[in-house]
Amino acid sequence: MNLHEYQAKGLLSHYQLPVPASEVVRSVDAAGIAGRNLGGNCWVVKAQVHAGGRGKAGGVRFVRSEDELKQAAKELLGTRLVTYQTNAQGQPIDQVLIETPCEIARELYLGAVIDRATQRVVIMASTEGGVEIEKIAHDSPEKILTLVVDPLVGVLPYQCRELGFGLALNATQLKQFVPLLTNLYRMFIKQDISLLEINPLVVTAQGDLLCLDAKINVDDNALYRQPKLRELRDTAQEEERETRAQQWDLNYIALDGDIGCMVNGAGLAMATMDLIKLHGGNPANFLDVGGGATKERVTEAFKIILSDPKVKGILVNIFGGIVRCDLIADGIMAAVAEIGTKLPVVVRLEGNNAEKGAQKLNSSNLNIIGAKNFTDAAQQVVNAVKQYAKDEVVA
Amino acid sequence: MSILIDKNTKVLCQGFTGKQGTFHSEQALEYGTKMVGGVTPGRGGEQHLGLPVFNTMREAVAATGANASVIYVPAAFCKDSIIEAIDAGVPLVICITEGIPVADMLLVKAYIKDKNVCLIGPNCPGVITPGQCKIGIMPGHIHQPGKVGIVSRSGTLTYEAVKQTSDLGYGQSTCVGIGGDPIAGSNFIDILARFQQDPQTEAIIMVGEIGGSGEEEAAEYIKQYVTKPVISYIAGVTAPEGKRMGHAGAIIAGGKGTAAEKFAALEAAGVHTVRSPAAMGEKLGEVMGW
Repeated sequence: MNLHEYQAKGLLSHYQLPVPASEVVRSVDAAGIAGRNLGGNCWVVKAQVHAGGRGKAGGVRFVRSEDELKQAAKELLGTRLVTYQTNAQGQPIDQVLIETPCEIARELYLGAVIDRATQRVVIMASTEGGVEIEKIAHDSPEKILTLVVDPLVGVLPYQCRELGFGLALNATQLKQFVPLLTNLYRMFIKQDISLLEINPLVVTAQGDLLCLDAKINVDDNALYRQPKLRELRDTAQEEERETRAQQWDLNYIALDGDIGCMVNGAGLAMATMDLIKLHGGNPANFLDVGGGATKERVTEAFKIILSDPKVKGILVNIFGGIVRCDLIADGIMAAVAEIGTKLPVVVRLEGNNAEKGAQKLNSSNLNIIGAKNFTDAAQQVVNAVKQYAKDEVVA
Repeated sequence: MSILIDKNTKVLCQGFTGKQGTFHSEQALEYGTKMVGGVTPGRGGEQHLGLPVFNTMREAVAATGANASVIYVPAAFCKDSIIEAIDAGVPLVICITEGIPVADMLLVKAYIKDKNVCLIGPNCPGVITPGQCKIGIMPGHIHQPGKVGIVSRSGTLTYEAVKQTSDLGYGQSTCVGIGGDPIAGSNFIDILARFQQDPQTEAIIMVGEIGGSGEEEAAEYIKQYVTKPVISYIAGVTAPEGKRMGHAGAIIAGGKGTAAEKFAALEAAGVHTVRSPAAMGEKLGEVMGW
């Protein structure tokens, strides 16, 4: 789960990390009030969306009067921001963060991730702040300092000092950096964070450390024990069908193609997409109905696939280990009975009760094409979709 | 021979009397697995599926001499259960449960580092040595004793590889699902090393997927230490960047962990790769001249 910048900064502040004074607002009037509350005569207005690259996309504005502040809020709120990290539609801007600006002397990078290679939390720091870490890693990997944390001891002060000296911090800044990093790690673990970036971490003109931007991802598997974080979820930033799927414990990810996929198992679901592509088609989605699929969940999955107007055909690929194929067939039939579809549906059932499932589908009045095997299924659906597109043009 | 488990492996089930534990223990017993009992705290002394239930793993191991444990307890309790099994001296712990917080697995991994224990999973189908011992949730009937070792991050893709090798009559020595989480008990290299040592295993199918660098590390290892032919497929060529594809560990992050990179690394190490998940068995036959 992703947090907004303002939510991330709220967490940082709770763990005593230094952040600029700010207020999040959802209306132009509130923006004006926030400006007055914060004081001063200039502010930064930042669009709150789940995507990087906001600055270059015009989502971060520096304003020098209350009129300008309101104007910026007006221009941003209710619109969508398209950055290099979003799709062409962009992300909706439902709130903006009004922040007191600071004078920047230096921009640093500070981040923490679950590193799969070392199977530890790795903290990364660099003097090249304000740039993407991937770009630093590519252009000047020697400028990334890393600290591999032993989970049984946590971050130790000497390690913070080592990193701090590596960042060429002065004595005052080092005194701030040791608790900053210690608290950052404490927060990372306590809040079940899977990725955290403070970019940039700035040294202000006054010589103090300040977390100017913050990005936090939370481990979805740990949300059951993070009730406060769970409330921070902003479904407006998520793909609508993905959110709907999640409510049914389905793993759905929207893609650009026209062949809807319903598969059990994450690996097989990816492999199904790959095989469609290999045979000249384009998958419209990733969908794993999971091992514990019920008839209701399969029905819902099918409905989610059909709600995508791009979909011109569907491939159902089930290898029944635990899940029963006849139950999958029941779910598909129930979904189609409810909403109706003329789209071709290619079905490959293997494993548990496969024949029973195939029989059920064959005796239904659906436009069902039975597949002999995995390859046949992919070829059949690609052909069926091509044919369907042709027929559509003729019609 | 086989790896990790055989007909003499004595298996305990943690979460024995729960829905999952009961269902899969029944299936394992039916397959012929030597289940010796299970643990459900507070229900010690009872019988379940004709086997003794114990309150603690220490008691269960002392009473049964078990040398493997399978875990079906809910994700929130897995850290505790895995470490309980390790502390009870079980040398092979297989955790099936999906959805364990990564912070819990960080601690588990740090804890087991210097201990003589093999942890498989979590978020995996388990391990099976066909005809001898089935520990996990895989459908037993698609397997066949034979000469191919299979290791995979995905459950259903393991079944694909199994079906293809069974249909062609090659059969499997042992199949190991290492699981789809970013922090896993065992990695490809741990299992490849065992297959290389196992006389029954003549060739290996390795099924990878996007995310992390486990396949690249395995490629490096294969180049140096594995003399048996390795066939490999990587799932997720069409997966978009930054999206978690079902498995917690299946994500391309910062342009890293793509299928293309993994295919390239494996090919450079002399691994026989296939672009189609339906072609693993066929390719194997071609490479081995079977």
